[in-house]
Amino acid sequence: MGGQAQARVVLRLSGITKRFGPLVANDAITFDLHEGEVIALLGENGAGKTTLMNILFGHYSADEGAVELFGAPLAPGNPRAALAAGVGMVHQHFTLADNLTVMENIVLGTEPLWRLGRGRAAARRRVEELSRDFGLAVHPDARVGSLSVGERQRVEILKALYREARILILDEPTAVLTPQEADDLFATLRKAVARGMSVIFISHKLHEVMAISSRVLVLRHGKLVGEVRTADTDRHQLATLMVGAEVAALEVRPHAPGPVLMALRAVSTPARGNATGLKGITLDLRAGQITGLAGVSGNGQAALAALVGGLDLPEAGEMEMSGAPVEGWSPRRAVDAGVARIPEDRHKTGTIADFTLTENAILESYGDGKFSRRGWMNWRAAEGFATDIIATYDVRCPGPATRIRLLSGGNMQKLILGRVLERGPKIILANQPVRGLDIGAVTYVHQRLLRARDEGAAVLLVSEDLDEVMALSDVIHVISEGRLSPGFARGTMTPAELGVWMAGHGFEEAGHAA
Amino acid sequence: MRLEPVADPGLGRTLGFPAAALGATLAFAMALALAAGADPLAVLGLMIKGAAGSKFALLETLNRATPLIFTGLAVAVAFRAKLWNIGAEAQLYAGAIVTVLLGTGALGLPWPLLLPVSALFAALAGALVLLGPATLKLRFGVDEVVTTLLFNFIMLLFVSYLLEGPMKDPAGMGWPKSQKLIAEARLPRIMEGLRLHWGFLLALVAALGVWVVQTRTTLGYEMRAVGLNPEAARFAGLPVGRIMIKTALLSGGLAALAGWSEVAGLKGSLTLDLSPGFGYTGIIVAMLALLNPLGVVVSALFVAGVFVGADSMSRAIGVPTYIADALMAAALLFMVLALLLSRVRVRRG
Amino acid sequence: MEIFDILLSATFWAAAIRIASPLIFATMGELICERAGVLNLGIEGIMIAGAFTGWFAVYSGLPLPAGVLMALLVGMAFGALQGVLTVPFGLSQHVVGLGVTLLATSMTYFTYRLALPEVTSPPRIEAFAEWPVPVLSAIPLVGPSLFSQTPLTYLAFATVAAVAFVLYRTPLGLALRAVGENPASVEAQGLSVTGLRLGAVMAGSGLMAVGGAFLTMSAFNSFFFEMVNGRGWICIALVVFGAWKPWKSMLGAVLFAAFDALQIRLQQMPIGAHVPYQVFLMMPFALSILALILMSRRAEVPAALMVPYNKGER
Repeated sequence: MGGQAQARVVLRLSGITKRFGPLVANDAITFDLHEGEVIALLGENGAGKTTLMNILFGHYSADEGAVELFGAPLAPGNPRAALAAGVGMVHQHFTLADNLTVMENIVLGTEPLWRLGRGRAAARRRVEELSRDFGLAVHPDARVGSLSVGERQRVEILKALYREARILILDEPTAVLTPQEADDLFATLRKAVARGMSVIFISHKLHEVMAISSRVLVLRHGKLVGEVRTADTDRHQLATLMVGAEVAALEVRPHAPGPVLMALRAVSTPARGNATGLKGITLDLRAGQITGLAGVSGNGQAALAALVGGLDLPEAGEMEMSGAPVEGWSPRRAVDAGVARIPEDRHKTGTIADFTLTENAILESYGDGKFSRRGWMNWRAAEGFATDIIATYDVRCPGPATRIRLLSGGNMQKLILGRVLERGPKIILANQPVRGLDIGAVTYVHQRLLRARDEGAAVLLVSEDLDEVMALSDVIHVISEGRLSPGFARGTMTPAELGVWMAGHGFEEAGHAA
Repeated sequence: MRLEPVADPGLGRTLGFPAAALGATLAFAMALALAAGADPLAVLGLMIKGAAGSKFALLETLNRATPLIFTGLAVAVAFRAKLWNIGAEAQLYAGAIVTVLLGTGALGLPWPLLLPVSALFAALAGALVLLGPATLKLRFGVDEVVTTLLFNFIMLLFVSYLLEGPMKDPAGMGWPKSQKLIAEARLPRIMEGLRLHWGFLLALVAALGVWVVQTRTTLGYEMRAVGLNPEAARFAGLPVGRIMIKTALLSGGLAALAGWSEVAGLKGSLTLDLSPGFGYTGIIVAMLALLNPLGVVVSALFVAGVFVGADSMSRAIGVPTYIADALMAAALLFMVLALLLSRVRVRRG
Repeated sequence: MEIFDILLSATFWAAAIRIASPLIFATMGELICERAGVLNLGIEGIMIAGAFTGWFAVYSGLPLPAGVLMALLVGMAFGALQGVLTVPFGLSQHVVGLGVTLLATSMTYFTYRLALPEVTSPPRIEAFAEWPVPVLSAIPLVGPSLFSQTPLTYLAFATVAAVAFVLYRTPLGLALRAVGENPASVEAQGLSVTGLRLGAVMAGSGLMAVGGAFLTMSAFNSFFFEMVNGRGWICIALVVFGAWKPWKSMLGAVLFAAFDALQIRLQQMPIGAHVPYQVFLMMPFALSILALILMSRRAEVPAALMVPYNKGER
């Protein structure tokens, strides 16, 4: 990608510092972006990458430091200023209004509010032109709420292109894409660069960073700890920079699978709202085995997690636990039957933010004779339980009476882990278990899941991170539009081959072996 | 503008901001007094005297606080579970109606039995009244704010119908009023010669009871969980629907006891103006108490004092009594803002 | 049947349109607020404040249009209060709304008692007179009902058209629809979430107050307590009934008003002798609850309604 040393500097960040209370999210960050460059901003969760880009785009103002765009200082704290100066951002969580069409989302904010009427024809022509030139196929009049994740991202990118962005920021853009869609995205980015745009690309995926960028900036705990040309580095070096220490590879000992603890036979569930239902899936969860579910988000993972977790019932097909058919399924029954559920969203579904650690620890088990009797709570026992979890699972906190909202994501997740694992579950449903966690917590959670599997539990791992699924699982199924692929044993499939299934191909052959 | 949570709010913040809210309310009171052309300090002085300056005043305040404690508890219990019960007014009247039905001689029970029985059925009536909107919310997702509000108007019309028709007092000289309760159905006075009736003590017991339920029972734990995060509660296996129903029954029952207490303790009969908005004032009482049942007692006394004091002051120097309502509404808004500011810092961006 | 006689009479529909007018203003006001993502429970209090302000302005000697303007401004002031507390500060929209209603109501009654201390029957003003539209008002049935109304009624219908136009055909309306669905979408395009929501709440509250003013300046000609009598809450139900769309909500208001006009007439018929009048008066409220139940499939509710916007929540 072009000779950066000679190309002009289009963006200069000088000494950017941002604090949120006691946390220093960005610490004196300084770097330049040259015209035509693709820079990868690398770092684990919580390193400060998104905060930095939010400052650049104007969602936040820096406490110290300055931003210079094309030689002129940028007014802080104002997306309008950043947009006018040529910065466009594709956010990690799309900033689209579902009730409006693609065209409406794109022109939103581009016309003066006090003008009567909207100049639609010219806008449409422009969007169609951009769509063609950059390979971003969209239906201009489609309601955004009905679009797939990949299509939504294309709208996000078109928004930036429509506003004549010269600098494009993308925040974890491939988190929600199939490998093929990610390739299409990279093709679009190459076209953008060919037209003189510059790209900043946030990621924590090393192979992508190596593939697409010309320079890598590594952030750790808010500081810029490394700036290297991609050509001069490798994944190992980047990983070390990201974490600050040698990264131990995950040790997965082979383990002979045990009996089937939960079986789904030709199970279907209806679609609920926007979420796909399951379509005749067959799945075995065996003791002592990690079954991984690979797939782009929105293809039925939520439905399967809801089913296994007790929040839904099969509309068709059979569900068995240890050979006996399941009757009367509910979250309560699931817990009592030995299913441990680690929910996808620890803030929304996993914990109650204003409850203490003690109150959260007994959320599933408060009805046990241990913690309550005939309607009266035994708080002493509950606090003892919480204290045990805090000690055993290394939950960093002031104490069991702390409100859980004050804990970091990693510590919250460890409490959730502790409260479900301490019951000695037979089946563990781990739904995006390390999403948003720093590398230390990620390693811890993975080790705990492996230990549970070694001790004979059946683990169902649902994750959007293909690397995670491939590293941990003994058996991988791909889910696409509610259908389940056959199981692929560890080591028998490459990411590209899985990607084919993730895109929906391969399901045409009728009937898959259990 | 960005709101940044303060990790460790010290005592200064936690007490300082609410104190500032009360100060702002005071300033507002003085501004209204000035607008009315009166001396603000005189107004304040008369209000304080009218609320607590004599035995009579004090008893009047305690009397006025009694229904406010009940409705305040009702609202606090409901709001904590995120059940927006704005219908305490209707539940209060339901309790009052049942009290009159059972207390005018229909039941031949001696008074030690009659009072608890009438209380129980009054509470039941209030519970049923709130059950409707609660079920609509659970089954159909209908917002309970509007349904409970609309039902207040329906109930008031129903009471008007009853008082002009089936429950009309034959000796009432045309004024819509129900029959008087028989002596056995009346709540006795706490001490001879005092105008204070047992309802006040029962309200205190109710507050204690609610506090015990909330902090020490499984139901209290469940109600708090559902109120804070119903989705997490459902995921963990809590029977959210059932808990909401129990909350509605408890809340409606408490509000109805306000009506029972007013009829059986204070008034002795049902009239259309039994409640000058106790149901709505209960919201202010509950919010000022931060939805804490023991705090409800304190804030009910405070609010009752303001109203009683305003009545007395108004008789003395003519500033309209509505100053009390305006004050309390302002206090609600100031307090809710102060509570936020005590927990967050306003940052530039 | 007598019902048909009623339904086909011009006076009936004229009454219905007249009863609908304050509802239309207030419903449009609430619709604007909710479309932008803010539930405005101050509506009842704001209508009371508007009713009093408009009437009092005229009573104090101002011309009628000035009275309407004063009501509008008072509504906007309360809207500003509601907006500031709920948008930048993100306080509970339920609690703030109820607080604003209580404050507006009590301030109104306080001011009324101050201004007219010894009055037992409220004084009257010279209210808006009917302005029959030439030619159109001569059309049978439609003429007297639609085109022989007071100017505020015409304004009410014009307001619906204006709201629909702004909402669907202007960049401002687009931004409003977006901010109520996903405030992040608006922020990311360089617009101000606070500015849009605050503006919407103030404009909506102004309309609510004008709706209140209609009661004292067009329908009746004096102010008395309990004048609004729950109409504000009914308008919240009407917004739901109209699926947050202007023309549909207006239709709901007219339908509702027709029922209200009907129940007044039913009271005077033979059936009225058998059924207590309170039952008739209950009907509007019961109907509103019914409307809410029927429309409970709320697929069109603005997704960000009642969700405070916290910039970049980590």
